[in-house]
Amino acid sequence: MDEVDITRALERSVSRRTFIKGVIAVGATASSVGYLFRGGTPLLAMPAAQGTAERLLTLTVNGQLRRVDVLPHETLAMTLRYKLGLTGTKLGCDRAECGACTVLLDGVPHYGCSILTHQIRGRAITTIEGLQNPDTGALHPVQQAVLDEGGFQCAFCAPGFCMTMVGMLEENPDPTREEAAHALSGNLCRCGDYHKILNTAMRAAQLVRRV
Amino acid sequence: MAEKLIGKDIAAPDLLAKITGRARYAEDFRVDGMVFCKMLLSPMPHARVRRIDASRALAMEGVIGILTADDVPQVEPHREPVLTNEPVFEGQPVLAVAAVDETTAADAIEKIRVDFEPLPFVLDPLDSLRPGGPDAHTHGNVRVDGEWRRLKWSAADFAEAGDERLPMGEATAEWSLGDVDRGFAEADVIVEETIVHQSLTHHPLEPRTSMAYWQNGKLYAFTSTQSTQRTRGALASALDMDPEDIVFVAEYCGGGFGSKISGSTLMQLPAIFSRKIGRPVMLRITRYDENYIGRARPGFQGWVRMGLRKDGRVTALDLYLVEEGGAYGSGDYGTAGNTAHLMYQPENMRFRAVSPYTNTPPKAAQRGPGGAQIVTMLEPIFDKAARELGMDRVEIRRLNAPGPESTFGPRETPLTSVFAREALERGAELFGWEEKKRLSGTRSGSKLTGVGIGLSPYTAGSRGYDGLMVIRPDGKLYVHQGIGNLGTHSIADTARPAAEVLGLNWDQVEIVWGDSSQGLPRSSVQAGSQTIHAHTRANHAAATDARRKIQEIAARTLGGTPESYTMDGGRVFRRGNPGQGMSFAQVARRAIALGGRYDGHEVPEGIHAETVPSVGRVAGQGLVGVARDDYGGEGAIYSWVAGFALVEVDAETGVVEVKEYTGVADCGTVVHPRSLGAQILGGSIQGMGMAMTQRWVFDPEWGVPFAKRLYTARPPGMLDVPLDLRWDALGIPDPQTPVGAKGIGEPPVGAGAAAITSAVADALGGRCLCRTPLTPDIILAELEGRRTFGRLETHVG
Ligand code: FES
Ligand code: FES
Repeated sequence: MDEVDITRALERSVSRRTFIKGVIAVGATASSVGYLFRGGTPLLAMPAAQGTAERLLTLTVNGQLRRVDVLPHETLAMTLRYKLGLTGTKLGCDRAECGACTVLLDGVPHYGCSILTHQIRGRAITTIEGLQNPDTGALHPVQQAVLDEGGFQCAFCAPGFCMTMVGMLEENPDPTREEAAHALSGNLCRCGDYHKILNTAMRAAQLVRRV
Repeated sequence: MAEKLIGKDIAAPDLLAKITGRARYAEDFRVDGMVFCKMLLSPMPHARVRRIDASRALAMEGVIGILTADDVPQVEPHREPVLTNEPVFEGQPVLAVAAVDETTAADAIEKIRVDFEPLPFVLDPLDSLRPGGPDAHTHGNVRVDGEWRRLKWSAADFAEAGDERLPMGEATAEWSLGDVDRGFAEADVIVEETIVHQSLTHHPLEPRTSMAYWQNGKLYAFTSTQSTQRTRGALASALDMDPEDIVFVAEYCGGGFGSKISGSTLMQLPAIFSRKIGRPVMLRITRYDENYIGRARPGFQGWVRMGLRKDGRVTALDLYLVEEGGAYGSGDYGTAGNTAHLMYQPENMRFRAVSPYTNTPPKAAQRGPGGAQIVTMLEPIFDKAARELGMDRVEIRRLNAPGPESTFGPRETPLTSVFAREALERGAELFGWEEKKRLSGTRSGSKLTGVGIGLSPYTAGSRGYDGLMVIRPDGKLYVHQGIGNLGTHSIADTARPAAEVLGLNWDQVEIVWGDSSQGLPRSSVQAGSQTIHAHTRANHAAATDARRKIQEIAARTLGGTPESYTMDGGRVFRRGNPGQGMSFAQVARRAIALGGRYDGHEVPEGIHAETVPSVGRVAGQGLVGVARDDYGGEGAIYSWVAGFALVEVDAETGVVEVKEYTGVADCGTVVHPRSLGAQILGGSIQGMGMAMTQRWVFDPEWGVPFAKRLYTARPPGMLDVPLDLRWDALGIPDPQTPVGAKGIGEPPVGAGAAAITSAVADALGGRCLCRTPLTPDIILAELEGRRTFGRLETHVG
């Protein structure tokens, strides 16, 4: 790696760290109730208790406008999983420790468990369900790369990793293996499939550059 | 010619679902009327519930019901109940509340008053063995021959050992081979160490969530489990039901590593609760819950004495382990003893162990149970002996490793095949041992370099399970898999031999799995690294049955003998005359018309009782292949991984950085190279976490755990492992199985961990810390000689 590369890698890792610190701070305020939610779907409908009134929000999720009742303390991961039926976003820790819940907000990876749905009005949310082209069925280069490389084992971490990869390639379509490792270091794979995950990231970068 | 499938990289057919959000893990299922439950966990490590007042909770709007210990099956005190009035570890579930949503359930839990009477508790197994030491259970501290006992060692036992050596009083398990005293008398070099291995939580990324409901007397259960058919069986027996009355769904599992082998005790809870309140119940397990109920690998304090002759052969090995029993006991010390014998083939050996119960979260098999811990502890000690003898560390391992004639353990068990020496040689070559070993102990700035080796065996197969498959009128082969889907790709990879036997291309094969209502065969548990061995055999057997039936149908339809027919690409035809034949689609229709054994209406002798109703479920769908694996075999099935690591230890900060790692496996025929590599490296990485970061820390005064989340008991992240990871496999088939494949899930853990403990000791000039995890504080404390913890103290933070 030459010096310029090192600086770039450092900058990227710092920005990633700053980002992680940011979500941890958010997580701290939300954490006492972070893993709870109050049902708002028809099947769970009941009048909300006092002081926890839901408010109707319009969210942009995977390019669609979705109207949803949201509690003040509700996390984005909970809204996605339990109100909008988007269960591809996983919860591994619910406390900013694993990245399984990673989604994109305006193209930037964020931990969905550690951000309140109320905070992100007006921003474009992308989840794993939104990567495949809805019209053509074409896979995102990151998804294609997973298939090419046989990425992941149990794959509970996969949606989070895929979203981080999409965010990373947006910022740096030509990462070194080391840069990719830094960019993906906010995601945990308990199966330890890092070797294939990095192969996947490098393959995805190749595919992105080809498009 | 149909393509050759064994040995090729083919992504599993469920991969697309996993990366589009369509794969459903247990927490992704929803059903009308579903309610949520939350558990009240014991705040104390050992207590008795005197009184529960749930009136305020039950009066809350949205609360539907409560489940207490009185509502669940009663079990013997040494078995784990679903809910209890005498919790024996902090975090043990005492009761549960169901409500329309999770917030309400949690609020309700807050409003419940439980009067707990604190009872004496013990965290460290040695403390329980001290004269007058506390017992983890009111009934005693050990179980011997199915009976509780209060086992205490004498003050003299402890005094004799002093503070630095393991005291060794009465053991509850013991065996020996040969005569260790004679072995030590013949030794030229003797090494002796006291060792401490931590316990550690499994922490699969997916917590063990379950959902259940009842309909028309049938239980529908959705759970996160490693296995499928066997978990259904476990759930049925816990609830005292016929397994056929359970529709069991487990399509995906986000990791288990031994903690979800046949599900978990808690999977009964939503089923029981749902029966009580008449609503579907979701029990969503959080990471916080998972720390308590998610199982842990038992650690141990131990003592090792090893004697070697000048020629490098181990003449004697004496091993004593005091294993942490946890709340409900553990027993992997037995495997530890056998593994030690297998690895070094000592001419004489004595093994002793005792495993007192402790008031800590329950222990269970964790990937390579017993074996991984002992390999991690012994390899650096073995290195020390090599150093004293002036022998190369690869050479001394090669010299002592078992060969084809070797046996191991107290019953002198033979092996089906063993290529440990070859794995070492290939590993040394790939890693560049000859060159890298020169870096041993070199210093650059504050960094000390070390190289290490871990040679790790583990069981890798089993025999006698069933295969079940159907060729349907669409001409495709549907392989029904009763095993689980936890990331090893076994559901697809073990089906490959079936396709090859029937001459099919991979796109002519569909996998049916994860839903018992589809009819799944009796299977091995998805554990013990058995699956690739057990189920390539079972599927090979069932495909052979299908092949025979296809030939018979062709002969009946087109004339000639069955033997005169062969098949390829989805057609059966006359040998030497491909024009005369029929498609598998036609064969399937003909099988349905013929009925009887051809389409599963008649069930063959010898298959397992659990498979019989499953054959009934597929009967009439097409041509059915079903058979038990009767290939037989003799001896234990073991795979090996030789792991090599290069580390840098920072003498100023105590930080260990793994710079390079290579793992080479002896695991028979390679079925799916990329997935195999993932197991070798992934398992090794888990071993690195065990050796380096995953702590197990308790507050001694209150008995509560501190390191209970991912950031405090940290598994390796991407930056903790080298970018330079290499693997290889010997690919030498096991001669006793038709496909030649042996398992690989577990052997790499000990290899990865021991390569690190061995390399760290090497960096420190051969000084073995003989304890894990090698966190920076522990390394620094040892380096600077200012240890703040006792030599034998476990649970060190
Ligand atoms: S679930 Fe959000 S970081 Fe783990
Ligand atoms: S593949 Fe299992 S956690 Fe990443």
